[in-house]
Amino acid sequence: MSREKILAAVKKNQFTHAPLPDLEILSTLTATGDNLVQQYTSVASAGGSFVYEVKDLEAIKTILHKEFKPGVKIISGIQELGEYTYAGNVLEESSHSFADAELTILQSNLGVAENGALWLTESQMNIRVLPFISQHLAVVISKDALVPTMAQAYAQIGNADYGYGAFISGPSKTADIEQSLVIGAHGPRSLSVFILT
Amino acid sequence: MKVALFVPCYVDQFYPKAAIATLELLEKLGVEVHYPKNQTCCGQPMANSGYEHLTTGCNNLFIENFSGYDYIVCPSGSCTLHIKEHLHSPEKEELAVDIRKRVYELTEFLVDVLNVKELKANFPYKVGLHQSCHGLRGLRISQMSELVAPAFSKPAQLLDMVQGLELVPLTRQDDCCGFGGTFCVAEEAVSSKMGKDRVDDHIEHGAQYITSADLSCLMHMEGILRRQKSDVKVIHVAEILNHYSHE
Amino acid sequence: MSNVAAKSHSELAGIFNQDEPRVDWHDETLWWVRQKRDIQAHKLPEWELLRETASQIKNNVLSNLSEYLEQFEANAINNGIIVHWAADAEEHNQIVHRLLQERGINRMVKSKSMLTEECHLNEYLKEQGIDVIDSDLGERIVQLAGEPPSHIVLPCIHKKKEEIGDIFHEHLGSAKGESDPKILTETARQHLREVFLTRRAALTGVNFAIAETGEFVICTNEGNADMGAHLAEIHIASMGIEKIIPERKHLGVFLRLLTRSATGQPITTYSSHFKRPQQGTEIHIVIVDNGRSIQLGREDFRNSLKCIRCGACMNTCPVYRKSGGHSYHTAVAGPIGSILAPNLDMKKYADLPFASTLCGSCSNVCPVKIDIHDQLYKWRQVIVKEGYSPKAKTMAMKAMAFTLSSPALYRSGGKVGRLVFKYAPFAVNNGLNPWYKHREMPKAPEESFGEWYSKRKEGKQ
Repeated sequence: MSREKILAAVKKNQFTHAPLPDLEILSTLTATGDNLVQQYTSVASAGGSFVYEVKDLEAIKTILHKEFKPGVKIISGIQELGEYTYAGNVLEESSHSFADAELTILQSNLGVAENGALWLTESQMNIRVLPFISQHLAVVISKDALVPTMAQAYAQIGNADYGYGAFISGPSKTADIEQSLVIGAHGPRSLSVFILT
Repeated sequence: MKVALFVPCYVDQFYPKAAIATLELLEKLGVEVHYPKNQTCCGQPMANSGYEHLTTGCNNLFIENFSGYDYIVCPSGSCTLHIKEHLHSPEKEELAVDIRKRVYELTEFLVDVLNVKELKANFPYKVGLHQSCHGLRGLRISQMSELVAPAFSKPAQLLDMVQGLELVPLTRQDDCCGFGGTFCVAEEAVSSKMGKDRVDDHIEHGAQYITSADLSCLMHMEGILRRQKSDVKVIHVAEILNHYSHE
Repeated sequence: MSNVAAKSHSELAGIFNQDEPRVDWHDETLWWVRQKRDIQAHKLPEWELLRETASQIKNNVLSNLSEYLEQFEANAINNGIIVHWAADAEEHNQIVHRLLQERGINRMVKSKSMLTEECHLNEYLKEQGIDVIDSDLGERIVQLAGEPPSHIVLPCIHKKKEEIGDIFHEHLGSAKGESDPKILTETARQHLREVFLTRRAALTGVNFAIAETGEFVICTNEGNADMGAHLAEIHIASMGIEKIIPERKHLGVFLRLLTRSATGQPITTYSSHFKRPQQGTEIHIVIVDNGRSIQLGREDFRNSLKCIRCGACMNTCPVYRKSGGHSYHTAVAGPIGSILAPNLDMKKYADLPFASTLCGSCSNVCPVKIDIHDQLYKWRQVIVKEGYSPKAKTMAMKAMAFTLSSPALYRSGGKVGRLVFKYAPFAVNNGLNPWYKHREMPKAPEESFGEWYSKRKEGKQ
């Protein structure tokens, strides 16, 4: 059996003891919580995201009304944002049926200032393909949910259980054609981040 | 302090002026320099081509010639690095280990051992400094552009002491020139393209001379410059640091 | 493409260098990516500590690999993932084929996996009548062009936009002469969206497999891995045994290094963590050896298995920049490829460790501190010892060693050489001398340093 063959070969050839390093120093070096909103906004914008500081969900709706035509299919993972289809109500639909979604709005509870990334798990997405298949993506996050770097982010995630999770740091993009950056590859064409202050 | 001068084989045969300048410079700085006359080669051309196992003869000869000195100084980064990393002798390993600790490339010797703070030298020209890879990434005689670490450069520090010399900036400060030993003929197309691009960088920035701590790089770039019939010349750092003219 | 395999790096590089403006364009493009990496690295004062930490984590992985693999497998199975083991490329391809055949699937969408390039999966499946479409834009372009990727992160970095426009015009119906990257990307988006929505099977690579939790992570900018995986009934993930990392929190180190090193972005758009299959779907992982356990046993070369496939070494390598990925005639090219490939087939890849000046830039940019340039030197010794060096070269080296071990022979040899240069330059300045193709030979001085020194000494006495 290949499994046994491979494991035996690996076991025979692995040698020299090399202990795991301590990650504490790295964590403390990057722990400054100074002005995370400003840092997050700067990095996320540089990566193509639209970042808005808003005081409540109403403010978000105002912006969305301006940016998106009435009548387009909008799915929301935030029940309080009443007027849109709530993702939790359409869990039974096939993933394919969301191919015509124009906008998906989701809530994140963890954002990373050093790279503009937002952590979303399956329970926040409701349907895994939703934040990818939708033409546009919007994420709402509280300003207190920002951490400086990935080190603190994983400290916060800890050993949480999820079936699927993703850090999303901007609109989908590619530079495969002569290193020319094009926003909107296979995933959403835009990412709007609403930071609740 | 007893100092031995280690002159790379191709410097001995093709660029003796650089070795002469090295000797004169060290003597000017008050160093008593011995030249072991039976030295030949450090063995690098064979070792880098995969024939390290043929270098025992060279190694033993090197140990014979250079044992018993406080320092061994060499006007070549790559030869110095080779000895530092690869000098071995099955019968005389202790001597080899001792020599490896004592071998220095010229600019690192001047800065780290002699602590040179000023030089009576002038060279009123625009000069481009080529950072030879072995001296740079092997001996760390300057900071490497890939690393997030404070900048420094021992050759530049010394060239700064030379009156009238203007160091020109370069677009790529430590891209390889493409000599690489037998690479220069085994991969001729890439090697000459790499050399041409380096030379172009210096020319674009107005260099009248290209200098380096390694003549292998300079030999390769000089070949390209002369083929282009360029007025730009190559010169080893020792010749600049040793240059003083009253005119 | 079959005659490419017979040519060595230096021959292929010679062909590549016939078009100098194109070499300049390729070189400038990759240097620009290296510069973007520098900018990002310099934003983190702790960058060098990050590299050292990642290096130590990977050292720990390699020294306990069998235990971590078993831990990963147990946790993955617990999560509902099915785990397969493939000793070599052939077995990997057979497993993938069987999984598709069992489910009556004959079309698959694939996101980037250099492992599957190494295994030649696409060709194998095509022969079995399975249609595979690469969804990464760069990979799709080279797939349509009938070429292998030339770079592990930027698959079609060797192609100009006009050439891509022609390929899309021929295969995807874009307008003739269209070369605007935005329009070409939109064309690919529409074409691949239809593929994602209709494929029942998706195959992806794996960037990191976490032993502690049995989950794996895939990093993309395009979102193609997720589009494929979330719309498929079966998601197959191919990984080399060395993709393991011990704990989830170690991602906090690797995800900070990977994309900064690869493209000069702080992170990819998507870093997707797959732990359990979606309800009603399957996830299968194929763990592949294909020579890695042998490399693990090579004390001088085992560190090459720390590689996280960022491509930074390729971007900085002056030889790669000026010869192109295809000159290496192997799936993974550049400096890292040159220390991995000889392990797979020493005869076929004997030329690669010599396609380098040993400048050392690669080792400096490697996020996991692989001693690449030292390994290139060591591979040269192995290749010569194993007899894969040309006889003429061996004879020349023996002659050189003989001459250089004797002071008398060296001195007379040097004198003869200089006389030849002086009195019979045509002997060396001709087409048979490769140096002479683009360079003048050095001028021969009247006397060597040794001769000058002897005279000076006599003069003193």
